[in-house]
Amino acid sequence: MAQTQTTKEPLFHIAKRDSIVWWKAWGIRTAAILIALIVSGLVSFLLTKENPLRIYATMIDGAFGTKRRIWGLVQELAMLLCVSLAVTPAFKMRFWNIGAEGQVLIGGLASAACMILFGESIPSPLLLLIMIIASVAAGAIWALIPAFFRANWQTNETLFTLMMNYIAIQLVSFFVYKWSVPKGSGQVGVINRTSHAGWLPSLGGHDYLLNIIIVLLITVAMYVYLKYSKQGYEITVVGESENTARYIGIPVKKVILRTMLISGAVCGMAGLLLIAGTDHTISRDSAGGRGFTAIMVSWLAKFNPVYMILTSFLIVFLEKGATEISTAFGLNASFSEIITGIIIFFIIGCEFFIQYTVKFREKEAAK
Amino acid sequence: MMLAGFLQRAIMQGIPLLYGSTGEILTEKSGHLNLGIPGIMYMGGIGGVIGAFLYEQNAAALNPVLAVLIPLVCSMLGSLLMGLIYCFLTVTLRANQNVTGLALTTFGVGFGNFFGGSLAKLTGSDIPSINLTATSSYFRTSLPFANDLGWFGQIFLSHSFLAYAAVIIALASSFILSHTRVGLHLRAVGENPATADAAGINVGKYKYFATCIGSVIAGLGGLYYVMDYANGVWSNDGFGDRGWLAIALVIFAVWRPNISILGSILFGGLYIVHNYIRDLDVSGQELFKMLPYVVTILFLIVISIRSKREAQPPSHLGLPYFREER
Repeated sequence: MAQTQTTKEPLFHIAKRDSIVWWKAWGIRTAAILIALIVSGLVSFLLTKENPLRIYATMIDGAFGTKRRIWGLVQELAMLLCVSLAVTPAFKMRFWNIGAEGQVLIGGLASAACMILFGESIPSPLLLLIMIIASVAAGAIWALIPAFFRANWQTNETLFTLMMNYIAIQLVSFFVYKWSVPKGSGQVGVINRTSHAGWLPSLGGHDYLLNIIIVLLITVAMYVYLKYSKQGYEITVVGESENTARYIGIPVKKVILRTMLISGAVCGMAGLLLIAGTDHTISRDSAGGRGFTAIMVSWLAKFNPVYMILTSFLIVFLEKGATEISTAFGLNASFSEIITGIIIFFIIGCEFFIQYTVKFREKEAAK
Repeated sequence: MMLAGFLQRAIMQGIPLLYGSTGEILTEKSGHLNLGIPGIMYMGGIGGVIGAFLYEQNAAALNPVLAVLIPLVCSMLGSLLMGLIYCFLTVTLRANQNVTGLALTTFGVGFGNFFGGSLAKLTGSDIPSINLTATSSYFRTSLPFANDLGWFGQIFLSHSFLAYAAVIIALASSFILSHTRVGLHLRAVGENPATADAAGINVGKYKYFATCIGSVIAGLGGLYYVMDYANGVWSNDGFGDRGWLAIALVIFAVWRPNISILGSILFGGLYIVHNYIRDLDVSGQELFKMLPYVVTILFLIVISIRSKREAQPPSHLGLPYFREER
């Protein structure tokens, strides 16, 4: 804070806003995104020396240029949204589950295992059913382990779930080497390339349509669950204050375990959609950092599943757009991460101006 | 002498973790869980690389002092910038620490890989990849008589100045935290900022200084990795998950930098132990790489079940402080 003599009233002080009209809040957010876009345009300009307008045009072209790109964009959006929805109930409960990356991977590993082990022997509908059960259960178990210790002994869940990610990654690495084709290559390759056993069916000729529909259904279900169900209410109360929750008779331990079970199960489902519905292979990078990005998406959307469609669109659009810039102007592909970082800094920063107001000293404020 | 070789490699693996964890401990003692450490360490590494690259490209002959000083200063500036971004968002603007930290990691890793991958192209030079062996050789200068002293020399004296600096910084931080007034105030801020504020401690200032100094220290870990461990060759994602391992080490060291020195050697050893086990196939190696994380989780569980007071995280860790909120 500003260093001023104690005898004088400080130049400004900060006060919490009671409430803010919705259009003002969204105005601040829009302004932040616009400033962020200008700053990232400036950064791109400094690096490429290209006309800034051309840079933005390239970005839009990268995201929406062709029909194929639009499908790719919507598919990526659905995947990111799915993981973001998964982490949301836990966050609402102030349970910092940053282990989504691991939960998604372990779910993906379970479905890949089913595809490889039973692909030839079990008829497809039954195989798909087994895969769904296996990956949802795997994700749920991976999330339940830290939840169990947190509920009973207050073990720090942020650090616990973080460590679980790397155990999952190494576990996937282990199996990838075991299953690698050809032996020792360290790559699994496309699983069941000819038989397509365990692949999610394509609807109306679109490979990703089923994924997108499933994620939409999860979005609606999550919205209703959090907003209108008794369990959703319990999550909110536990998040606000565990003591209050205990006082009004909510079984806090049970709520923590149940919520993490749901969180992990949806992560496991996301793993299934990634492996069986998109990649048809598995590697240690299959989750692709979505587990971490999802945390930002969920938080930026104020844990509201419907806003999350917007925020994940923003992130995916930036990724696709910046990737196109880097290929078009011959830059390194990590350019998109720099741009994403800058934009998120601005959005994180602008929340301050929504929650607090800055009040200047009376004399200065007098008009 | 295999054991001596193993220990020497373990220490080399451990030094970046020691820098990272010392920095993170200082930060966490002020009540801030900085998940941006991996990004900051990338930034420290690439900062040094940029400085060294520009100097090697533009200087006719390398001056040993400048060749070390320029990358060092650039690296520190890079990680200081990251620390300032984190502080501005979480201390001044009271943003969520986890989200800010993760965004910082995205940004830092992206920044490192981006400039590592396209620095040569951006500066218009025709070198295919960045290879700073000349600068690295200055960084790697070790005591001349180390090799004459057998295993003792190999384990303890064969390292470069950044390795010894890491140990000294860790010991100094440990001393400051537990034996000085500044350390007492810092711990008070992390445990209960409202009380510290009432006692007349400038909470914001302590948070800023602890986090920024912590970031700079962590960034040096990235510099050590590139210049010493990797011989001045930057490879994208080469630093890997060491940043997260550094955060794990904080828990293992129960928030005490002096324990972190031994912990870092242990973690470094666990990180490379798979190379020293006979008849281990590639998949088995992958299982062994899990060890540091499994150890950390077990440790985390044990300290939470025993719930001894001195082994707990700072009680205000991860929460923002707003004076008007009671």
